[in-house]
Amino acid sequence: MIRLLATRLFQIAMTLAALSLAMFLLIGLMPGDPIDLAIAGDPRLTAEDAARMRALHGLDQPLMARYAAWAQALLAGQFGYSRLFAQPVAQVIGPALLSSLALLGAALTVAAGLGLALGALAAARPRLAGLVDGIAILGQSAPSFWAGILLIILFAVTLGWLPAGGVPDEGQSAWRFLVLPVVTLALANLAAYARHSAAALSATLREPWVTAARARGNGEARVLFRHAFPNAAVPILQVAALDAGSLVGGALITETLFARPGMGKLIYDAVMGNDTNLALVALLLVALVTMLATLAADIAQRALDPRLS
Amino acid sequence: MKLFLGLLMLAPVLLGAAFAGAIEAAMGLDAFTPDLFNRFAPASTNNLLGTDDLGRDLFLRLLHGARVSLAVGVATAIAATVIGTAIGLLAAWRGGLVDAVLMRLADGMLALPALPVLVVLAAADTGRIGLPRGEALSDIFRIVLILALFGWVGVARLARAAALSVLARDYVRAARGLGASEARILWRHVAPNIMGPILVATALAVAGAILAESALSFLGLGIAPPAASWGNMLANAQDLVFSAPLAAVWPGVMILLAVAGCTLVADGLRR
Repeated sequence: MIRLLATRLFQIAMTLAALSLAMFLLIGLMPGDPIDLAIAGDPRLTAEDAARMRALHGLDQPLMARYAAWAQALLAGQFGYSRLFAQPVAQVIGPALLSSLALLGAALTVAAGLGLALGALAAARPRLAGLVDGIAILGQSAPSFWAGILLIILFAVTLGWLPAGGVPDEGQSAWRFLVLPVVTLALANLAAYARHSAAALSATLREPWVTAARARGNGEARVLFRHAFPNAAVPILQVAALDAGSLVGGALITETLFARPGMGKLIYDAVMGNDTNLALVALLLVALVTMLATLAADIAQRALDPRLS
Repeated sequence: MKLFLGLLMLAPVLLGAAFAGAIEAAMGLDAFTPDLFNRFAPASTNNLLGTDDLGRDLFLRLLHGARVSLAVGVATAIAATVIGTAIGLLAAWRGGLVDAVLMRLADGMLALPALPVLVVLAAADTGRIGLPRGEALSDIFRIVLILALFGWVGVARLARAAALSVLARDYVRAARGLGASEARILWRHVAPNIMGPILVATALAVAGAILAESALSFLGLGIAPPAASWGNMLANAQDLVFSAPLAAVWPGVMILLAVAGCTLVADGLRR
């Protein structure tokens, strides 16, 4: 277990290093830099001013040296400044990360809970399996932002029950602003859970020890929940591990759609606003959180199933 | 059954893309010219699905969107399949360090949240490296490029697994024994025998690329207006939820048909 943990943490570190290098070089190799933007915004700046500013900010250094300095500062915990928000990156990212984690946590709970219920339904009633499978394929094929727009049209525009997006003002209840984003994000990931838990549960229900449990006179509900569920938990956790990336990606688009100030919207705004430092740090953080979540799901799998370790 | 159902769902998308120009000419309308006297027209015989905020016919824009989405989907899938198959074959054939490095690379890319990375990649200004920005064709090229950068991973893993099992077969050993070159073995014996799984991976790659393109276009980083794409039509529709709520329905239905169709075809091919 410790060896596995060490290997995986090393892999995560390598992936982050490769990702940061690739992104830094890609952005750095493109002609133009923040000083060009500053000049474009202020016609009084001369070429000498630009050269002085480049030297001041170290932009006259070769690309690899700039990457090394940036990475070194990052490892030392100095995330630099955001051009867009004119604040330290850490201060911008903190609240956004909390907001995203709340959305992700709630959506994951809803998606996994409903997905398991649908999967159990399909496994317990094989006649419904085709229906659940069909719904799952449609659910996986529909873009989540489309579902989100339709939900906005129905619940915010037509019925007026819930806000169409944004953040609560003073005195407004926060949960009303969370409902539509959570449902949108959960719908996008529900399908994967339903499909895989249906497959895992129905495979488990064909095991001989399930027949034995039935033969001992256990009720169908007890067989399903006491005997089949714990055994099907492992493949379901596998989906959770595989799905972490798409959940985070879905959060990005959901936050943009509902104008929620989370990590997804932050990355989007940073990219649109040419704030490369903020975009890179936020992207690396999101990648780190995703990979740690995947690792946690993998470890939980091994803890549940001694055959795996 | 699934194959048939999938093809049935793809049929309207394919027909629409193929005959977009002909239908446009027959209806006497233009999907790209604004007609400000005809904004938000309701569905009628003239405008089958009504018009948008600039008075452009929604039905015709959907058909042109089909062209863009299919072009992106198919081009990305072909690029991803070619790169993925080559890498998968190489990893399976060489084994050892090459295999380990390539597969760790694939693992790393799979572990990343794709959409945020794609957003950062898509924002890279290709206009500065000589590609004209804002034109539909260069947008398509840019999107295909960055989607293929991620798309090869799934194909490579499937190709590697299939190639490993083929390389262990007796006929490969026999071919080696008869003095066939390694290139001939890979090309004549391994490649044809892993076409099944690769075809499945290609169909799934088309579905994934269409979905990713619509997401990027929705965020304003993919196909830029006035060119029509289902994603940027949905972005436009989000601004119009009060004035034209129905405009949000149809592009999503088209995406659903195309993606579910490809997924079902892949499922059907698998058996």
